[in-house]
Amino acid sequence: MLREVVIADTGGANLASLRHAFERLGARAHVTADGAQIASAERIVLPGVGSAAHAMQKLGAAGLIDVLRTLTQPVLGVCLGMQLLFRQSGEGPTRCLGLLPGEVRSIAATAARPVPHMGWNELEGVKEDALLEGIADRAYAYFVHSYAARPAQYTLATTEYGAPLAAVVRRGNFCGAQFHPERSGRTGATLLENFLRL
Amino acid sequence: MVKGVRFRDHEVAGGILDLTARYRQEGADELVFYDISASPEGRLVQRRWVELVSRSLDIPFCVAGGIRSVADAESVLAAGAEKVSVNSPALENPGLIDLLARRFGSQCVVVGVDSQATGARYRVWRMAGDERRAGDAGRDTLEWIREVQERGAGEVVLNCMANDGTRSGYDIAQLAAVRAICRIPLVASGGAGSVGHFLEVFASAEVDGALAASVFHSGAIRIPELKRELRHAGVRVRPPDLQAGCHGE
Repeated sequence: MLREVVIADTGGANLASLRHAFERLGARAHVTADGAQIASAERIVLPGVGSAAHAMQKLGAAGLIDVLRTLTQPVLGVCLGMQLLFRQSGEGPTRCLGLLPGEVRSIAATAARPVPHMGWNELEGVKEDALLEGIADRAYAYFVHSYAARPAQYTLATTEYGAPLAAVVRRGNFCGAQFHPERSGRTGATLLENFLRL
Repeated sequence: MVKGVRFRDHEVAGGILDLTARYRQEGADELVFYDISASPEGRLVQRRWVELVSRSLDIPFCVAGGIRSVADAESVLAAGAEKVSVNSPALENPGLIDLLARRFGSQCVVVGVDSQATGARYRVWRMAGDERRAGDAGRDTLEWIREVQERGAGEVVLNCMANDGTRSGYDIAQLAAVRAICRIPLVASGGAGSVGHFLEVFASAEVDGALAASVFHSGAIRIPELKRELRHAGVRVRPPDLQAGCHGE
Protein backbone atom coordinates (compact mmCIF):
# COMPACT_ATOMS: atom_id res chain seq x y z
CA MET A 1 0.00 0.00 0.00
CA LEU A 2 2.43 2.69 -1.11
CA ARG A 3 0.66 6.00 -1.20
CA GLU A 4 1.73 9.48 -2.10
CA VAL A 5 0.62 11.91 0.57
CA VAL A 6 0.80 15.63 0.10
CA ILE A 7 0.86 17.75 3.24
CA ALA A 8 -0.51 21.22 2.53
CA ASP A 9 1.77 23.89 3.95
CA THR A 10 -0.33 25.86 6.42
CA GLY A 11 2.68 27.61 7.87
CA GLY A 12 3.09 25.36 10.89
CA ALA A 13 6.61 24.73 12.08
CA ASN A 14 6.35 21.06 12.98
CA LEU A 15 5.14 19.29 9.89
CA ALA A 16 7.99 16.78 10.13
CA SER A 17 6.26 14.61 12.73
CA LEU A 18 3.30 14.04 10.37
CA ARG A 19 5.65 13.27 7.50
CA HIS A 20 7.54 10.79 9.68
CA ALA A 21 4.27 9.09 10.70
CA PHE A 22 3.26 8.45 7.08
CA GLU A 23 6.76 7.24 6.30
CA ARG A 24 6.49 4.71 9.14
CA LEU A 25 3.43 3.33 7.34
CA GLY A 26 5.35 2.97 4.09
CA ALA A 27 3.79 6.01 2.40
CA ARG A 28 5.71 8.85 0.82
CA ALA A 29 4.88 12.27 2.12
CA HIS A 30 6.01 15.74 1.23
CA VAL A 31 5.03 19.26 2.19
CA THR A 32 3.95 21.77 -0.44
CA ALA A 33 1.92 24.93 -0.97
CA ASP A 34 1.66 24.26 -4.70
CA GLY A 35 -1.99 24.12 -5.81
CA ALA A 36 -1.36 21.86 -8.81
CA GLN A 37 0.48 19.29 -6.67
CA ILE A 38 -2.28 19.36 -4.07
CA ALA A 39 -5.04 19.04 -6.67
CA SER A 40 -3.43 15.97 -8.23
CA ALA A 41 -2.32 14.19 -5.02
CA GLU A 42 -3.73 10.80 -3.98
CA ARG A 43 -4.14 11.92 -0.39
CA ILE A 44 -4.02 15.39 1.10
CA VAL A 45 -3.35 16.26 4.70
CA LEU A 46 -4.25 19.66 6.06
CA PRO A 47 -2.12 20.06 9.16
CA GLY A 48 -1.99 22.95 11.47
CA VAL A 49 -0.45 24.30 14.54
CA GLY A 50 -0.86 27.98 15.23
CA SER A 51 -3.88 30.20 14.74
CA ALA A 52 -6.83 29.75 12.39
CA ALA A 53 -6.41 33.31 11.10
CA HIS A 54 -2.75 32.76 10.26
CA ALA A 55 -3.44 29.44 8.54
CA MET A 56 -6.38 30.79 6.47
CA GLN A 57 -4.31 33.81 5.50
CA LYS A 58 -1.51 31.52 4.39
CA LEU A 59 -3.91 29.32 2.37
CA GLY A 60 -5.51 32.40 0.81
CA ALA A 61 -2.17 33.94 -0.17
CA ALA A 62 -1.13 30.66 -1.82
CA GLY A 63 -4.43 30.52 -3.73
CA LEU A 64 -5.33 27.24 -2.03
CA ILE A 65 -8.80 27.94 -0.63
CA ASP A 66 -10.72 26.99 -3.78
CA VAL A 67 -8.27 24.17 -4.53
CA LEU A 68 -8.98 22.60 -1.14
CA ARG A 69 -12.73 23.18 -1.29
CA THR A 70 -13.07 21.34 -4.60
CA LEU A 71 -10.94 18.28 -3.83
CA THR A 72 -12.67 14.93 -4.36
CA GLN A 73 -9.90 12.63 -3.13
CA PRO A 74 -9.56 11.83 0.61
CA VAL A 75 -8.47 14.82 2.69
CA LEU A 76 -7.50 14.64 6.36
CA GLY A 77 -7.46 17.75 8.53
CA VAL A 78 -5.37 17.33 11.67
CA CYS A 79 -5.93 19.47 14.79
CA LEU A 80 -6.18 23.07 13.53
CA GLY A 81 -6.45 21.52 10.05
CA MET A 82 -9.67 19.81 11.12
CA GLN A 83 -10.99 23.08 12.56
CA LEU A 84 -10.36 24.79 9.22
CA LEU A 85 -12.88 22.41 7.60
CA PHE A 86 -15.70 24.10 9.53
CA ARG A 87 -17.58 27.23 8.51
CA GLN A 88 -16.00 29.49 11.06
CA SER A 89 -13.58 29.58 13.96
CA GLY A 90 -14.15 31.71 17.02
CA GLU A 91 -10.39 32.31 16.95
CA GLY A 92 -10.33 35.77 15.42
CA PRO A 93 -13.18 35.09 14.45
CA THR A 94 -12.02 33.61 11.17
CA ARG A 95 -14.04 32.44 8.21
CA CYS A 96 -12.83 28.94 7.37
CA LEU A 97 -13.30 26.50 4.47
CA GLY A 98 -16.99 25.81 5.11
CA LEU A 99 -16.82 22.12 4.23
CA LEU A 100 -18.55 21.23 7.48
CA PRO A 101 -21.39 23.23 9.05
CA GLY A 102 -20.87 24.79 12.42
CA GLU A 103 -18.37 26.78 14.36
CA VAL A 104 -15.24 26.00 16.31
CA ARG A 105 -15.15 27.70 19.71
CA SER A 106 -12.60 28.23 22.44
CA ILE A 107 -12.51 25.78 25.32
CA ALA A 108 -13.26 27.46 28.65
CA ALA A 109 -10.41 27.07 31.14
CA THR A 110 -11.11 26.10 34.73
CA ALA A 111 -8.78 25.21 37.57
CA ALA A 112 -9.36 21.52 36.92
CA ARG A 113 -9.22 21.84 33.16
CA PRO A 114 -6.35 23.97 31.97
CA VAL A 115 -6.30 25.30 28.40
CA PRO A 116 -4.62 24.47 26.07
CA HIS A 117 -5.97 20.98 26.57
CA MET A 118 -2.84 18.89 26.30
CA GLY A 119 -2.80 15.22 26.93
CA TRP A 120 -4.15 11.77 26.33
CA ASN A 121 -7.94 11.55 26.27
CA GLU A 122 -10.37 8.77 25.51
CA LEU A 123 -12.36 8.56 22.30
CA GLU A 124 -16.04 8.00 22.99
CA GLY A 125 -19.05 7.10 20.92
CA VAL A 126 -16.81 5.70 18.19
CA LYS A 127 -19.02 5.15 15.15
CA GLU A 128 -18.65 2.50 12.52
CA ASP A 129 -16.73 4.00 9.66
CA ALA A 130 -13.86 2.92 7.44
CA LEU A 131 -11.78 5.75 8.95
CA LEU A 132 -12.13 4.26 12.43
CA GLU A 133 -11.85 0.57 11.66
CA GLY A 134 -9.94 -1.23 14.39
CA ILE A 135 -10.23 1.69 16.85
CA ALA A 136 -12.14 0.74 19.97
CA ASP A 137 -14.36 2.91 22.10
CA ARG A 138 -12.25 4.34 24.95
CA ALA A 139 -9.04 4.20 22.95
CA TYR A 140 -6.67 6.97 24.01
CA ALA A 141 -5.49 9.70 21.66
CA TYR A 142 -3.19 12.67 22.19
CA PHE A 143 -4.81 16.11 22.06
CA VAL A 144 -3.26 19.57 21.99
CA HIS A 145 -5.77 22.36 21.39
CA SER A 146 -7.49 25.44 22.74
CA TYR A 147 -10.46 25.39 20.32
CA ALA A 148 -12.91 22.64 19.44
CA ALA A 149 -16.18 21.90 17.66
CA ARG A 150 -19.18 20.48 19.46
CA PRO A 151 -20.38 17.06 18.32
CA ALA A 152 -22.82 17.35 15.42
CA GLN A 153 -24.04 15.64 12.29
CA TYR A 154 -20.66 14.63 10.84
CA THR A 155 -18.99 13.63 14.10
CA LEU A 156 -17.62 10.06 14.17
CA ALA A 157 -16.11 10.12 17.66
CA THR A 158 -16.09 12.51 20.59
CA THR A 159 -13.94 13.19 23.59
CA GLU A 160 -14.83 14.73 26.94
CA TYR A 161 -13.04 17.81 28.22
CA GLY A 162 -15.49 19.73 30.34
CA ALA A 163 -18.04 19.10 27.59
CA PRO A 164 -18.25 16.60 24.76
CA LEU A 165 -16.05 17.73 21.85
CA ALA A 166 -15.77 16.46 18.27
CA ALA A 167 -12.67 14.26 18.07
CA VAL A 168 -13.09 12.72 14.61
CA VAL A 169 -15.29 14.06 11.80
CA ARG A 170 -16.04 12.98 8.27
CA ARG A 171 -18.22 14.28 5.49
CA GLY A 172 -17.61 12.25 2.35
CA ASN A 173 -13.97 12.65 1.35
CA PHE A 174 -13.27 15.29 3.99
CA CYS A 175 -12.02 13.75 7.24
CA GLY A 176 -10.69 15.38 10.36
CA ALA A 177 -9.00 14.42 13.61
CA GLN A 178 -8.87 16.94 16.46
CA PHE A 179 -6.14 14.85 18.10
CA HIS A 180 -2.68 14.23 16.70
CA PRO A 181 -2.68 10.81 15.01
CA GLU A 182 1.04 11.12 14.36
CA ARG A 183 1.64 11.16 18.11
CA SER A 184 -1.19 8.93 19.34
CA GLY A 185 0.54 5.57 19.42
CA ARG A 186 -1.22 2.59 17.90
CA THR A 187 -4.60 4.38 17.76
CA GLY A 188 -3.21 7.20 15.66
CA ALA A 189 -1.31 4.88 13.35
CA THR A 190 -4.51 2.91 12.76
CA LEU A 191 -6.40 6.05 11.79
CA LEU A 192 -3.67 7.11 9.37
CA GLU A 193 -3.53 3.62 7.89
CA ASN A 194 -7.33 3.66 7.42
CA PHE A 195 -7.06 7.08 5.77
CA LEU A 196 -4.53 5.71 3.28
CA ARG A 197 -6.92 2.85 2.49
CA LEU A 198 -10.06 4.97 1.91
CA MET B 1 0.58 11.24 32.03
CA VAL B 2 3.80 9.40 32.58
CA LYS B 3 6.81 10.93 31.00
CA GLY B 4 10.10 9.43 30.01
CA VAL B 5 13.67 10.03 30.19
CA ARG B 6 16.36 12.60 30.28
CA PHE B 7 18.87 11.84 27.63
CA ARG B 8 22.33 13.11 28.22
CA ASP B 9 24.52 13.99 25.35
CA HIS B 10 27.30 11.55 26.07
CA GLU B 11 25.06 8.65 25.23
CA VAL B 12 25.47 7.36 21.71
CA ALA B 13 22.55 7.79 19.32
CA GLY B 14 22.06 4.02 19.08
CA GLY B 15 21.46 3.89 22.81
CA ILE B 16 18.98 6.71 22.56
CA LEU B 17 17.02 4.94 19.82
CA ASP B 18 16.96 1.67 21.78
CA LEU B 19 15.62 3.51 24.82
CA THR B 20 13.11 5.40 22.70
CA ALA B 21 11.76 2.13 21.32
CA ARG B 22 11.63 0.58 24.78
CA TYR B 23 9.77 3.46 26.41
CA ARG B 24 7.31 3.68 23.54
CA GLN B 25 6.57 -0.04 23.71
CA GLU B 26 6.22 0.05 27.48
CA GLY B 27 3.62 2.81 27.25
CA ALA B 28 5.35 6.08 28.16
CA ASP B 29 2.99 8.94 27.26
CA GLU B 30 5.63 11.42 26.29
CA LEU B 31 9.36 11.60 25.87
CA VAL B 32 11.38 14.59 26.91
CA PHE B 33 14.73 14.79 25.25
CA TYR B 34 17.00 16.81 27.51
CA ASP B 35 20.43 17.91 26.56
CA ILE B 36 21.17 19.40 29.93
CA SER B 37 24.67 20.54 29.11
CA ALA B 38 23.58 22.43 25.98
CA SER B 39 22.77 25.71 27.76
CA PRO B 40 25.86 25.82 29.93
CA GLU B 41 27.95 25.07 26.84
CA GLY B 42 26.11 27.73 24.83
CA ARG B 43 24.94 25.42 22.07
CA LEU B 44 21.73 23.96 20.71
CA VAL B 45 20.61 20.39 21.19
CA GLN B 46 21.77 18.25 18.29
CA ARG B 47 19.21 18.39 15.52
CA ARG B 48 20.26 15.08 14.00
CA TRP B 49 19.25 13.25 17.17
CA VAL B 50 15.94 15.06 17.31
CA GLU B 51 15.17 13.89 13.80
CA LEU B 52 16.22 10.28 14.49
CA VAL B 53 14.05 10.11 17.58
CA SER B 54 11.08 11.72 15.83
CA ARG B 55 11.26 9.23 12.98
CA SER B 56 11.00 6.30 15.36
CA LEU B 57 8.48 7.74 17.78
CA ASP B 58 4.66 7.84 17.73
CA ILE B 59 4.11 9.57 21.06
CA PRO B 60 4.63 13.25 21.90
CA PHE B 61 8.15 14.43 21.99
CA CYS B 62 9.51 17.51 23.71
CA VAL B 63 13.04 18.81 23.27
CA ALA B 64 15.01 20.82 25.79
CA GLY B 65 18.50 22.13 25.54
CA GLY B 66 19.98 25.48 24.67
CA ILE B 67 16.96 26.89 22.79
CA ARG B 68 17.67 30.63 22.88
CA SER B 69 15.70 32.04 19.96
CA VAL B 70 12.73 31.58 17.65
CA ALA B 71 15.15 30.29 15.01
CA ASP B 72 16.53 27.66 17.42
CA ALA B 73 13.00 26.48 18.22
CA GLU B 74 12.07 26.45 14.55
CA SER B 75 15.00 24.18 13.77
CA VAL B 76 14.07 21.71 16.52
CA LEU B 77 10.37 21.69 15.56
CA ALA B 78 11.24 21.27 11.89
CA ALA B 79 13.25 18.19 12.87
CA GLY B 80 10.11 16.61 14.34
CA ALA B 81 9.62 17.78 17.93
CA GLU B 82 6.11 18.85 19.10
CA LYS B 83 7.22 21.09 21.86
CA VAL B 84 10.29 22.94 23.00
CA SER B 85 11.22 23.42 26.62
CA VAL B 86 13.14 26.48 27.72
CA ASN B 87 14.75 27.03 31.08
CA SER B 88 17.96 29.07 31.58
CA PRO B 89 17.56 31.11 28.34
CA ALA B 90 14.07 32.17 29.48
CA LEU B 91 15.49 33.35 32.80
CA GLU B 92 18.05 35.47 30.96
CA ASN B 93 15.49 36.76 28.47
CA PRO B 94 11.88 36.26 29.62
CA GLY B 95 10.62 37.87 26.39
CA LEU B 96 11.70 34.66 24.65
CA ILE B 97 8.56 32.99 26.04
CA ASP B 98 6.31 35.65 24.43
CA LEU B 99 8.12 35.35 21.12
CA LEU B 100 7.86 31.55 21.06
CA ALA B 101 4.20 31.54 22.07
CA ARG B 102 3.30 34.12 19.42
CA ARG B 103 5.15 32.29 16.68
CA PHE B 104 4.31 28.66 17.51
CA GLY B 105 1.35 28.83 19.91
CA SER B 106 1.34 28.24 23.66
CA GLN B 107 0.91 24.50 23.20
CA CYS B 108 4.45 24.38 21.83
CA VAL B 109 6.10 26.21 24.68
CA VAL B 110 7.12 24.40 27.85
CA VAL B 111 8.98 26.26 30.56
CA GLY B 112 11.26 24.15 32.72
CA VAL B 113 11.84 25.48 36.22
CA ASP B 114 14.54 24.23 38.59
CA SER B 115 13.49 25.20 42.06
CA GLN B 116 14.29 24.59 45.70
CA ALA B 117 13.39 25.93 49.09
CA THR B 118 15.58 28.68 50.56
CA GLY B 119 14.34 29.49 54.03
CA ALA B 120 10.58 29.90 53.80
CA ARG B 121 10.53 30.58 50.07
CA TYR B 122 10.96 28.61 46.90
CA ARG B 123 13.64 30.03 44.66
CA VAL B 124 14.41 29.46 40.98
CA TRP B 125 17.85 28.20 40.00
CA ARG B 126 19.58 28.76 36.70
CA MET B 127 22.06 26.54 34.87
CA ALA B 128 21.14 23.67 37.17
CA GLY B 129 22.77 21.26 34.73
CA ASP B 130 26.22 22.69 35.42
CA GLU B 131 27.53 22.44 38.96
CA ARG B 132 30.08 25.22 38.52
CA ARG B 133 27.67 27.78 37.13
CA ALA B 134 24.43 26.81 38.83
CA GLY B 135 23.02 29.48 41.11
CA ASP B 136 20.04 31.35 42.42
CA ALA B 137 18.35 33.04 39.45
CA GLY B 138 17.12 35.93 41.57
CA ARG B 139 13.48 34.98 41.34
CA ASP B 140 10.82 33.50 43.57
CA THR B 141 9.41 30.34 42.04
CA LEU B 142 5.77 31.27 42.47
CA GLU B 143 6.32 34.72 40.96
CA TRP B 144 8.24 33.27 38.03
CA ILE B 145 5.51 30.71 37.33
CA ARG B 146 2.87 33.44 37.36
CA GLU B 147 4.99 35.44 34.94
CA VAL B 148 5.63 32.60 32.48
CA GLN B 149 1.88 31.92 32.27
CA GLU B 150 1.21 35.58 31.50
CA ARG B 151 3.87 35.49 28.83
CA GLY B 152 2.16 32.57 27.09
CA ALA B 153 3.79 29.35 28.30
CA GLY B 154 1.62 26.29 27.70
CA GLU B 155 3.10 23.93 30.28
CA VAL B 156 5.40 24.02 33.29
CA VAL B 157 7.79 21.25 34.25
CA LEU B 158 8.77 21.88 37.85
CA ASN B 159 11.98 20.11 38.80
CA CYS B 160 12.32 20.08 42.56
CA MET B 161 16.10 20.05 42.74
CA ALA B 162 16.50 18.89 46.33
CA ASN B 163 14.64 15.69 45.45
CA ASP B 164 16.20 15.15 42.04
CA GLY B 165 18.10 11.88 41.94
CA THR B 166 17.20 10.95 45.52
CA ARG B 167 14.37 8.55 44.71
CA SER B 168 12.79 9.72 47.96
CA GLY B 169 9.54 10.91 46.42
CA TYR B 170 8.32 14.07 44.73
CA ASP B 171 8.29 17.35 46.67
CA ILE B 172 4.55 17.32 47.33
CA ALA B 173 4.45 20.55 49.35
CA GLN B 174 6.24 22.55 46.68
CA LEU B 175 4.24 21.02 43.81
CA ALA B 176 0.96 21.69 45.63
CA ALA B 177 1.98 25.33 46.22
CA VAL B 178 2.74 25.74 42.53
CA ARG B 179 -0.42 23.86 41.51
CA ALA B 180 -2.48 26.39 43.43
CA ILE B 181 -1.34 29.21 41.11
CA CYS B 182 -0.67 27.27 37.91
CA ARG B 183 -3.63 27.10 35.54
CA ILE B 184 -1.66 25.51 32.67
CA PRO B 185 -0.56 21.87 32.72
CA LEU B 186 1.94 21.16 35.47
CA VAL B 187 4.39 18.28 35.31
CA ALA B 188 6.22 17.04 38.41
CA SER B 189 9.89 16.21 38.17
CA GLY B 190 12.52 15.10 40.67
CA GLY B 191 12.43 12.35 43.26
CA ALA B 192 10.47 9.45 41.78
CA GLY B 193 11.64 6.23 43.40
CA SER B 194 8.61 3.99 43.71
CA VAL B 195 5.15 3.40 42.32
CA GLY B 196 3.76 4.91 45.53
CA HIS B 197 5.51 8.20 44.77
CA PHE B 198 3.59 8.49 41.50
CA LEU B 199 0.31 7.69 43.26
CA GLU B 200 1.06 10.32 45.86
CA VAL B 201 1.96 13.10 43.44
CA PHE B 202 -1.18 12.62 41.33
CA ALA B 203 -3.42 12.39 44.41
CA SER B 204 -1.88 15.07 46.62
CA ALA B 205 -0.41 17.64 44.25
CA GLU B 206 -2.95 17.18 41.43
CA VAL B 207 -0.28 17.45 38.76
CA ASP B 208 -1.12 16.71 35.14
CA GLY B 209 1.93 14.57 34.57
CA ALA B 210 4.86 13.01 36.35
CA LEU B 211 8.31 12.86 34.87
CA ALA B 212 10.98 10.39 35.82
CA ALA B 213 14.26 9.30 34.36
CA SER B 214 16.54 7.10 36.40
CA VAL B 215 13.88 4.70 37.71
CA PHE B 216 12.69 4.00 34.18
CA HIS B 217 16.20 3.94 32.80
CA SER B 218 17.39 1.35 35.31
CA GLY B 219 14.20 -0.71 35.14
CA ALA B 220 13.53 -0.15 38.86
CA ILE B 221 9.99 0.81 37.81
CA ARG B 222 8.43 -0.78 34.77
CA ILE B 223 5.97 1.53 33.04
CA PRO B 224 3.27 -1.13 32.35
CA GLU B 225 3.22 -2.11 36.02
CA LEU B 226 3.20 1.54 37.11
CA LYS B 227 0.26 2.27 34.85
CA ARG B 228 -1.64 -0.75 36.09
CA GLU B 229 -1.24 0.47 39.67
CA LEU B 230 -2.23 4.02 38.76
CA ARG B 231 -5.34 2.83 36.94
CA HIS B 232 -6.18 0.54 39.82
CA ALA B 233 -6.02 3.55 42.14
CA GLY B 234 -8.38 5.49 39.89
CA VAL B 235 -5.84 7.76 38.18
CA ARG B 236 -6.86 8.16 34.56
CA VAL B 237 -3.90 7.13 32.45
CA ARG B 238 -3.63 5.60 29.04
CA PRO B 239 -3.15 1.83 29.15
CA PRO B 240 -0.05 0.63 27.31
CA ASP B 241 -0.65 -0.13 23.63
CA LEU B 242 -1.32 -3.84 23.34
CA GLN B 243 0.25 -4.06 19.94
CA ALA B 244 2.85 -1.34 20.22
CA GLY B 245 5.69 -1.71 17.82
CA CYS B 246 3.70 -3.69 15.26
CA HIS B 247 3.07 -0.98 12.75
CA GLY B 248 5.66 -1.32 10.10
CA GLU B 249 8.90 0.06 11.42
